[in-house]
Amino acid sequence: MRVGARVPPPPIVPAASSVPPPPTVQAPARNRTGILISAGTPPVGAGPYCLDMDASLPADLPASTDASDGDLAISVRGLCKAYGDVRALDGVDLDVKRGTVLGLLGPNGAGKTTVVRVLATLLRPDAGTATVTGLDVVRDAAKLRERIGLAGQYAAVDENLTGLENLTMVGRLYGMRRKLAKARGLELLDRFELDEAANRPVKTYSGGMRRRLDLADALVAKPPVLFLDEPTTGLDPRSRLSLWETIEGLVADGTTVLLTTQYLDEADRLADTIVVIDHGKVIAKGTSDELKDRVGGERLEVRLDDDADVDAAVQALAPMSDDRPVAEDGLVKLSVRERRGSIVEAVRRLSEAGVGVDDLAMRRPTLDDVFLSLTGHVAEERADAEEQAA
Amino acid sequence: MRRLVSDTLVMAERNLVRFPRAPELLVAFTVQPVMFVLLFRYVFGGAINTGGIPYVEFLIPGIIVQNIAFGGFVTALGLNEDVHKGLIDRFRSLPMARPAVLAGRTLSDVVTNLLSMTVLTITGLIIGFSFQDTSALNVIAGVGLMLLFGYAFSWVFALVGLLVSSPEAANSFGFIAIFPLTFISSAFVPPASMPSVLRAFADVNPFTYVVDAIRHLWIGFPAGNHVWGAVVWALAIIAVFAPLAVYRYRRAAGG
Repeated sequence: MRVGARVPPPPIVPAASSVPPPPTVQAPARNRTGILISAGTPPVGAGPYCLDMDASLPADLPASTDASDGDLAISVRGLCKAYGDVRALDGVDLDVKRGTVLGLLGPNGAGKTTVVRVLATLLRPDAGTATVTGLDVVRDAAKLRERIGLAGQYAAVDENLTGLENLTMVGRLYGMRRKLAKARGLELLDRFELDEAANRPVKTYSGGMRRRLDLADALVAKPPVLFLDEPTTGLDPRSRLSLWETIEGLVADGTTVLLTTQYLDEADRLADTIVVIDHGKVIAKGTSDELKDRVGGERLEVRLDDDADVDAAVQALAPMSDDRPVAEDGLVKLSVRERRGSIVEAVRRLSEAGVGVDDLAMRRPTLDDVFLSLTGHVAEERADAEEQAA
Repeated sequence: MRRLVSDTLVMAERNLVRFPRAPELLVAFTVQPVMFVLLFRYVFGGAINTGGIPYVEFLIPGIIVQNIAFGGFVTALGLNEDVHKGLIDRFRSLPMARPAVLAGRTLSDVVTNLLSMTVLTITGLIIGFSFQDTSALNVIAGVGLMLLFGYAFSWVFALVGLLVSSPEAANSFGFIAIFPLTFISSAFVPPASMPSVLRAFADVNPFTYVVDAIRHLWIGFPAGNHVWGAVVWALAIIAVFAPLAVYRYRRAAGG
């Protein structure tokens, strides 16, 4: 089912697609955590996207959808890919505006890399469509390759060549003449502070240097769209920070970036929009702030005295939250409905219960909280609570 | 097509640039085969009856062909490394000609094969080998035939490199499959001295065809139709293994 393939995105209007509408009219779609899924899209994961796994793309589709793309650099509809019984992608929808960063967040095996591989023309999807700069990743693959850059999870550089030779090779494979490719290579080496190592074999480079060279490889042809698959995995904090700054610089110059990461702080810092995927499905979309707002309000953290009764504390604080407070190593966490007065109320309740408090603080939810509540067992508890409440 | 040629040359250059920097590879290509030549010539040679012609004359074509066949090993290792290090993904995301990665690999093997062939021929000439009953044209035809045969085996190794999970596995394939193939042929001893089963195998072994053809072209050894047989074998191996390797390359890269 290629939902929206003929519909100019955005927005995707469920009624215009061939997906039968959900039986009950239930305005904003919610997943089991109660988090609002970007309003206006069909219920994510609910559509029968991947039932016609073997269906091939109809030949009569327009070769590209330039006109309808507007300012979208990447547009993905109902993307499916299965490996045997495993559905790596199970109906993924994504949009990335020109000049913005989309952070694709998810645990290992969620399907992040598969999305990148499809978009980078390395993998043919079983179903669904994906266009990058208006070019279809399957039909226009050859042309599309001139417009994209890919930096993978593993620094894909030739260890036996020098940094300059690596960049020159890539430039020539983009069709540049040797002289131009070399000049571009030198320019990039300078920009990535690798100029001193330009003529050293890459096997002498550190991990951070290799990643920088890998990213430089991806930038040789100045592509308008860049795919970064876990660009900082395995890097030390300093190299990470410098890579982040580089990516921010590229975006400031107008590059569109799709970035996968397991690190929430990375998505928090770099991404304009975050898409959380798990088991090949999109489970939430939004800005970092939106996701944090949706996961619940402020967080209250109470550190108990060493000899305090944890159960009594949980019981005392429970009425302040819609969720059950989580207790771990003498630290009780809960999301409160309102920031104002919560500290005073918590202190009062705990002192009435006779529980000693060592420290107590309010904080905004982090993306870790979002992630845990979207994918972890906390979410299931919450869903159970909702069922009981209903 | 122009793109395929230029991309193939870029890839071949990439593969060859490393050699001057990697002394251990040069040793594998030069010192090691020379050692084998000396061992065979002086240790086994005296015990092998080659029916009238000196063993060194008999040996040199055989050992050069064996080396050439193993030359493609670099392709197996290189491709295996490229797959595991993600370089294949990079290449596939570039607007380059798809077959250039494999074509570049096998082409650079031709260059390294020419190098090891030269070293071995010179060694042979030093220890008593001499071209006989031949012409410059025939010698060159022999060189061309060996390069073609080596090129064919590069495609076999390309497929192996893409199939196996590690360089070690590629290595054991070389020893388990190719090594016996070279020995159960006319490369080192006349097949007439072998037990009948091995002899029957040796008689149809492509190595026997190629080695006998080289002996014919270089030292006037009677060879029947072995020159054409060798060419047919080489072309047949390419016709089978090149498409398989290309297919596997597309698959290995996840296409």
